[in-house]
Amino acid sequence: MNNNNLYQYILGIADNSLILGQRLGELTGHGPSLETDIACTNMSLDLFGQVRSYYQYAAKIAGDGRTEDDIAMLRKERNYLNVLLVEQPNTDFAYTMARQFLFDVYHFLFLQELQKSKDLTLSAIANKSIKEVSYHQRFSSDWIKRLGDGTEESQKKMQTAIDDLWRFTDELFHQTDADKSMVSEGVGVDVTKLKDTYYKKISDILEESTLKIPESKYFQKGGKQGIHTEHMGYLLTELQYMQRAYPNMEW
Amino acid sequence: MTTTEQQIDPKLIKVLEKVSDPEIPVLSIMDMGVVRSAIIEEDLVKVEITPTYSGCPAMDVIGDDIKKALKEAGYNSEIELILAPAWTTDWITPRGRKALEDYGIAAPLSAQADKDALLGNKKIVKCTNCGSTNTRLVSQFGSTACKAQFQCDDCQEPFDYFKCLK
Repeated sequence: MNNNNLYQYILGIADNSLILGQRLGELTGHGPSLETDIACTNMSLDLFGQVRSYYQYAAKIAGDGRTEDDIAMLRKERNYLNVLLVEQPNTDFAYTMARQFLFDVYHFLFLQELQKSKDLTLSAIANKSIKEVSYHQRFSSDWIKRLGDGTEESQKKMQTAIDDLWRFTDELFHQTDADKSMVSEGVGVDVTKLKDTYYKKISDILEESTLKIPESKYFQKGGKQGIHTEHMGYLLTELQYMQRAYPNMEW
Repeated sequence: MTTTEQQIDPKLIKVLEKVSDPEIPVLSIMDMGVVRSAIIEEDLVKVEITPTYSGCPAMDVIGDDIKKALKEAGYNSEIELILAPAWTTDWITPRGRKALEDYGIAAPLSAQADKDALLGNKKIVKCTNCGSTNTRLVSQFGSTACKAQFQCDDCQEPFDYFKCLK
């Protein structure tokens, strides 16, 4: 098996969770209420925990002396392979929950399949993570319903967030070269096969929430190739600050 | 690696029972079910532990505490963190569940009951203060990754519920 493909494949999965975890972590002490603040940071912690397992494995595969921290903290923007969706900012709580919901539904479907991977480390991580992600999905879906089917104002805000983030959903189902190679090895998940189920699940919940399903066919992509939106640089600046300012610092 | 059976050398049980979860000090790590194996190989004890939640910050401390406890009992040890099979709340022992309740944390329900409780469909989580089931969910996420927040509508006491993980 081509180790570089496996390495790239692991990064593709892990970077989504790292960057989303960072976004959620930004809400520490800034959530709209104590409970939602704690919930967002709990989810962030789950994602960071999962990410550690992935990066530890990636470090082992790379075998060049880099540690999990080096991989997580010291890459340049173009080398992060997360989808554009997860790097979008916490514009307001509707955006935070819409982003979470659009990712959670995908994340759950993805992990369900990754559990069947021939790679025992990846299937073990998936098996562990999916239990946590099912709680995330429940939480974000719940907020879509509460805000969507809430007041006129909350519905307007949630609809705006869904409409605005919709263009980042299609990228979740794009296959990279590493994806294709890992799928053919029985290691990776064929994301193209998740697409119909994903949009069906999303549509059902949006309808239940009295929200409109966006009709736009315009989608943005690039994250999986390391070409990010303008928000990514700022996010990384904060994420990497300690390691850049105090190289090799340990917790 | 995929066995759900614990393999603990009987000589080590007493030592390991003394190590507690740093976030829930009344609960021994043995009752928590996070120690999956502890085997004496010549002069080294090999211990495998598994996290409750992926991001559980207690795991590093638990690993250190196990090392310390074994050292005091005269053993050198090696700790390995394993992910498979994934931890489930079913591995908490009856004694562990009782310790949780006594401490003020409602013990996990079955998977279906948990879903009903966390969606607010049914009032089934028992207040750890007065025993009433007239309780309501405050938030699905609590003070640590493994807990949700509840409040009792009879005695008004807020309390934690240990979420079911299966």
